[in-house]
Amino acid sequence: MQKKTLQAALGHPETALTAFEVPTTVLSNKPVNAEYHLLVVSAPEEILACTPGQFFNLLCPVSDAHSPYLRRPMSIYGFDRHKRRLSFLYKVAGEGTGALTALKRGAILPVLGPLGHGYSIKDDWQKLLIVARGVGLATLAPLAQYARQQGRQVTAICSARSQAALLSTDYFRQLGVNVIALTDEDGTSDTQNLRSIIEKQIAENGVDAFYTCGSNRLLAMLQELSRHYGIEGQVALEQQMACGLGMCQCCVRPFNRDGEQVQLRVCREGPVFDLMEAIPC
Amino acid sequence: MLDLSVNLGGLQLANPIMPASGTFSEDLADVFDLDVIGAHVTKTITREKRSGNPTPRVCEVKGAMLNAIGIPSKGIEHFLTHTVPFFNRYQAPLVASISAPSADEFARLCEEVSVEGVAAIEVNISCPNIEEDGKAFAMRPHTTSNVLNKLRQATDKPLWAKLSPNTGEVTEVALAAQEAGADALVVANTLLAMAIDIRSRKPKLGNLMGGLSGPALKPITLRMAYQCAKAVSIPVIGCGGIATLDDVLEYLIAGASAVQVGTATFISPMTMVHLVGELQEYMRTNNITSLSEIIGSVRDDEASDKPVMQEIGQ
Ligand SMILES: Cc1cc2nc3c(=O)[nH]c(=O)nc-3n(C[C@H](O)[C@H](O)[C@H](O)COP(=O)(O)OP(=O)(O)OC[C@H]3O[C@@H](n4cnc5c(N)ncnc54)[C@H](O)[C@@H]3O)c2cc1C
Ligand SMILES: Cc1cc2nc3c(=O)[nH]c(=O)nc-3n(C[C@H](O)[C@H](O)[C@H](O)COP(=O)(O)O)c2cc1C
Ligand code: FES
Repeated sequence: MQKKTLQAALGHPETALTAFEVPTTVLSNKPVNAEYHLLVVSAPEEILACTPGQFFNLLCPVSDAHSPYLRRPMSIYGFDRHKRRLSFLYKVAGEGTGALTALKRGAILPVLGPLGHGYSIKDDWQKLLIVARGVGLATLAPLAQYARQQGRQVTAICSARSQAALLSTDYFRQLGVNVIALTDEDGTSDTQNLRSIIEKQIAENGVDAFYTCGSNRLLAMLQELSRHYGIEGQVALEQQMACGLGMCQCCVRPFNRDGEQVQLRVCREGPVFDLMEAIPC
Repeated sequence: MLDLSVNLGGLQLANPIMPASGTFSEDLADVFDLDVIGAHVTKTITREKRSGNPTPRVCEVKGAMLNAIGIPSKGIEHFLTHTVPFFNRYQAPLVASISAPSADEFARLCEEVSVEGVAAIEVNISCPNIEEDGKAFAMRPHTTSNVLNKLRQATDKPLWAKLSPNTGEVTEVALAAQEAGADALVVANTLLAMAIDIRSRKPKLGNLMGGLSGPALKPITLRMAYQCAKAVSIPVIGCGGIATLDDVLEYLIAGASAVQVGTATFISPMTMVHLVGELQEYMRTNNITSLSEIIGSVRDDEASDKPVMQEIGQ
């Protein structure tokens, strides 16, 4: 039996292990602006065979100030198998993310992952348009990096409340991404302006696929444009989670699939879905 | 030779650690070899396809969680063509958890899941019964008897009755289940609970109320497992708040022959794997060769400080 237990780490001969419950070590955890923190951890190599759009379920530390119980899902912001690094970009929302801010260099952060299905890029999608708002960039940043490595042309429309809240635009530019920044404070992020900017991109540059995340407003607009111009796309969605693996069925959302409305698990069948299957809610 | 095996009313398990229904699925095979654990217990299924409760379906409370998943089900067909074949790749026995709103429908489903590849049937009688004022079958002895009599006639497979902690008559319900032919009892399901967001004043679950599970539930279900083990002669499977080796031992000492691990798997998916290893290690260091030396070993006759008190009193 002892041998059997040890073999658990190796897996049943018929099924490969794909998700790992392992400790990681915090390398840095700093605010990047008034709202967001960047957390970088050192991680074992086996968990870094990730796809952009996948996520990890983090066991946030319990302290006098915070007592999160369930794990918290967090998108992969960056991963580097060679350097054994994994990073998350998070917005402080409540118990769990509040607890994360207390993590100091050297602290242990248990993670579970990589989880879910990430983004994919079809061979004939050469010109990609990424439309991101706020922390949604966390999910889209590794996609932009991957797309550039694959030699795709990438334009990213990044929208935020203020210039100060705009994230990763420099990083995107370094990757060779064409960045269009829009903010509420400049009055450039409204739906109408966003729509005309996207339509201009389609007309002048051409767009093969849309990539977006979270926001219902963006999702609804891109679906409309998708129908109108016949452009495909993908969207990363969020839903409250417990297990993150597909067991509890708490993270379901409705989708249109094969002419039927079905409930799918965001953690398992997603978090990235076909743009047209998602139902804004 | 260390013996971790247990016999549950004719069904032999390699070890006493198994998952609780609804907190386990094929998906856990992504994390470890599912043959490490003693049995595989599926999420409760119904005959028909069902979509389950509205979201939010879970919320956390201090040191525990509430869920109102409901019983989303892909139906019996999917179960027989997908779930059973998947688990039959493993050696650990498959336990099918089933439910239905009426005793007759329950019995019909019970018959339909009594197929090769299903080693035992766990009947989730903690769900609402539409024939009797919407209360769960396991709330009262007579509704428990009624449904279990029909279930017993529907199958020759080992039948496990999963009891509810929401009843004040747990011993009577346990006896009724035994009387009607249950081969084992699973004690217990979640405790009905509620949580409200004080800012929005909205209940935190889409279904308003839901079941409490996790460490906070343990003292209650442990007490019930103890009461049931005292009352019946069939094996009791402890369930509720188990996360550590101490929790497992506490249930076994209270009289449970095996345990089910639920919410702890959400916090740490490797929990059951660790528990099997730790239980083995505990037996080795304490020179225990068989689980029977632990099961039901509670020294309840020596609980109070009475002898000392009497001395002081004299
Ligand atoms: C697949 C996925 C990827 C995500 N990636 C990121 C990311 O990269 N950066 C980031 O800042 N946030 C991300 N989120 C959202 C993040 O998980 C929540 O902000 C976080 O769980 C909030 O927890 P809390 O305890 O701080 O807040 P609370 O408000 O105290 O949380 C209470 C409960 O609600 C849940 N919850 C609250 N907000 C959300 C939400 N938006 N989505 C899902 N569950 C929520 C929590 O998990 C918890 O169970 C992601 C969510 C999902 C599902
Ligand atoms: C998300 C969730 C779903 C559950 N679904 C079922 C179910 O379908 N059938 C059932 O009999 N019990 C179900 N349960 C109850 C568990 O099987 C178990 O009895 C309970 O959670 C107590 O154990 P725990 O504290 O170890 O989680 C569910 C529990 C949770 C948390
Ligand atoms: S979070 Fe448990 S099924 Fe998705």
